[in-house]
Amino acid sequence: MGNKSSLMLREEEIAQIQDETGFTPNQIERLYSRFTALDKNDCGTLSREDFLRIPELAINPLSERIVHSFFAESHDDRVNFLQFMKVLAHFRPIRKNRENRLNSREEKLRFAFSMYDLDSDGKISRDELLAILHMMVGVNISEEQLTSIAERTILEADTNNDQMISFEEFCRALERTDVEQKMSIRFLN
Amino acid sequence: AKPKKERTFVIAAVEFHRVETPFLIGVWIFFASIAKIGFHMAPRLSKMFPESCLLIFVGVLIGAILLSTHSVHVQPLTPDTFFLYMLPPIILDAGYFMPNRLFFDHLGTILLFAVVGTVFNTLTIGTSLWACGQTGMFGCPTPLLDMLLFGALISAVDPVAVLAVFEEIHVDEVLYIVVFGESLLNDAVTVVLYHMFEAYTEMGASRLMYTDFLAGFASFLVVAVGGTCIGVVWGFGTGLVTRFTNEVRVIEPIFIFVMAYLAYLNAEMFHMSGILAITFCGITMKNYVEANISHKSHTTIKYTMKMLSSSSETIIFMFLGVATVNNNHDWNTWFVLLTIVFCSVYRIIGVYIFSAVANKFRLHKLNTVEKFVMSYGGLRGAVAFALVLLIDPEVVHLQPMFVTTTIAVIYFTVFIQGITIKPLVKILNVKTGEKRKPTMNERIHERFMDHLMAGVEDILGKHGNHHIRDKFKRFDNRFIRPFLLRNYQGAEPKILETYSKLAMKDAIEYMQRNASTI
Repeated sequence: MGNKSSLMLREEEIAQIQDETGFTPNQIERLYSRFTALDKNDCGTLSREDFLRIPELAINPLSERIVHSFFAESHDDRVNFLQFMKVLAHFRPIRKNRENRLNSREEKLRFAFSMYDLDSDGKISRDELLAILHMMVGVNISEEQLTSIAERTILEADTNNDQMISFEEFCRALERTDVEQKMSIRFLN
Repeated sequence: AKPKKERTFVIAAVEFHRVETPFLIGVWIFFASIAKIGFHMAPRLSKMFPESCLLIFVGVLIGAILLSTHSVHVQPLTPDTFFLYMLPPIILDAGYFMPNRLFFDHLGTILLFAVVGTVFNTLTIGTSLWACGQTGMFGCPTPLLDMLLFGALISAVDPVAVLAVFEEIHVDEVLYIVVFGESLLNDAVTVVLYHMFEAYTEMGASRLMYTDFLAGFASFLVVAVGGTCIGVVWGFGTGLVTRFTNEVRVIEPIFIFVMAYLAYLNAEMFHMSGILAITFCGITMKNYVEANISHKSHTTIKYTMKMLSSSSETIIFMFLGVATVNNNHDWNTWFVLLTIVFCSVYRIIGVYIFSAVANKFRLHKLNTVEKFVMSYGGLRGAVAFALVLLIDPEVVHLQPMFVTTTIAVIYFTVFIQGITIKPLVKILNVKTGEKRKPTMNERIHERFMDHLMAGVEDILGKHGNHHIRDKFKRFDNRFIRPFLLRNYQGAEPKILETYSKLAMKDAIEYMQRNASTI
């Protein structure tokens, strides 16, 4: 049974979230209603199953990684609303003349990088890249071909010859990409 | 009576009239191409002026020579030659090499400008001219419907002129796709408004009923959606045909050109938008055709298309120049001046209003500089000219004046705006872009970001761009690609394609560096 009062956002919570993520109160309330809609057990937190119940997300090739990225900061296997919002804050569009906290270009890139870097050693190894390629490309491609693609990709980005892509190398490889644009979503007010 | 000539066997004879038409066409193309080489050999000239200006200038010179010698009485730029032979190659080239991703990402803004913007311009220009006509300053009666007809043909931004000028200045890709996309998609609106006002003029203003306006709106939907559908169907058809050409590689390029051209004619046949049809045919076929045909055929298609479109463009501008020089001009200073003023002013107002609307929904907001370049890049060109020639002078008595004014507006936009846009882009510090092939990292990580964003949109329960693209890709991979492609290679053909292109490039470079080792 859900306790109704705990499902309402309190003023100071909104203020805290606003302060930490930069969302406007309206956006926070909108996202909160989405959050409670996803929260099928009414316990104020989301589990992995709650995410994977979304039909489109379940067939996304990267669904496992995307869901995983929401749990990066939580110590158990549930996400509370603040953690949920902190992850989403990475996708806020960058506005000029305004303070950008979690949504700077570097933060966006770091977020993407950490999704590759499963063991969080600060480097993308060949196997980590291959795992992602497997998810995206699917089964019709031979193993050797995928391996050579992964090797070629690492060779291209790797400047210090350690056969891995570090975060600096990752940023340099995406220098010409409009990351600000590609990793932003317009949140409704 | 003439003395009867004795018939003898003639060793050599001149029979010009037999080859006249093809010969003249050949000479035109020859001169246009020679002129083009000439500009590139004079670097200072081509740095200062856009090529289109110089071509019009050469055209005027040739026209003056022809007029003074009274030698050739052909009007080279007729509406039919323009719409049936010169326009399709340019539009096919534009559609086939359209950056699909960019185009669909900004489709909302493009449609807003192309549809609402063009209607806005037509109505404002038409009624303003009519209002000025009421004061009697033009010295001739100016019926409202005639003015609206003129407004419809003059307010369409021209894809040929925009391409010719924007290709040279390399502005940022977002700015480019918005202006260029607008010029391509506004054809549907122009065609409908033009035919609508033409029909209204013939019917006479007094007998118009509101149902006629509703019919106009319905016909817009038919023309736009019908043209697009015809294009998409022929595009899929091309994909399907090229699936079976692996035994006869030499005819591969033919299918691309013929089927796209048929799509265009097919749409024109039903009075639908041929420009939309051939654009969408190019957009649709590209993905499937490129996977099916051989590497060499692809190179052939690419270069043939570039050659056809650039020569068409060259000829169009030269013909515009030639067509200017004739005796049937009806110059009306006030009308010309006011048309130019209204065209520029309403373009600017329109861009400001509609970009304010678009910015409410856009991630990347259009800033002041971009708005300025967009309103400044609204060039008018040969489409307007061909349309004005199509007007029947028996029905619309002001037609000669419209022709002269249209030419004046084209000259104004191509010369004044075309020449100043390059320095302006530099002064305003507009972001410039360059086309390039993606690296392996960019391809993979950008694809990765797409999936990520689609996932995030699903979590938010928001059906945005990424969500729709994701849905289409899934549909494409499951139902379309397996049928249209000869060897279907899984979900991410682009990653493989980039890989094989880069591998090929490496191999060629290696061969060149180490030629002696082989």
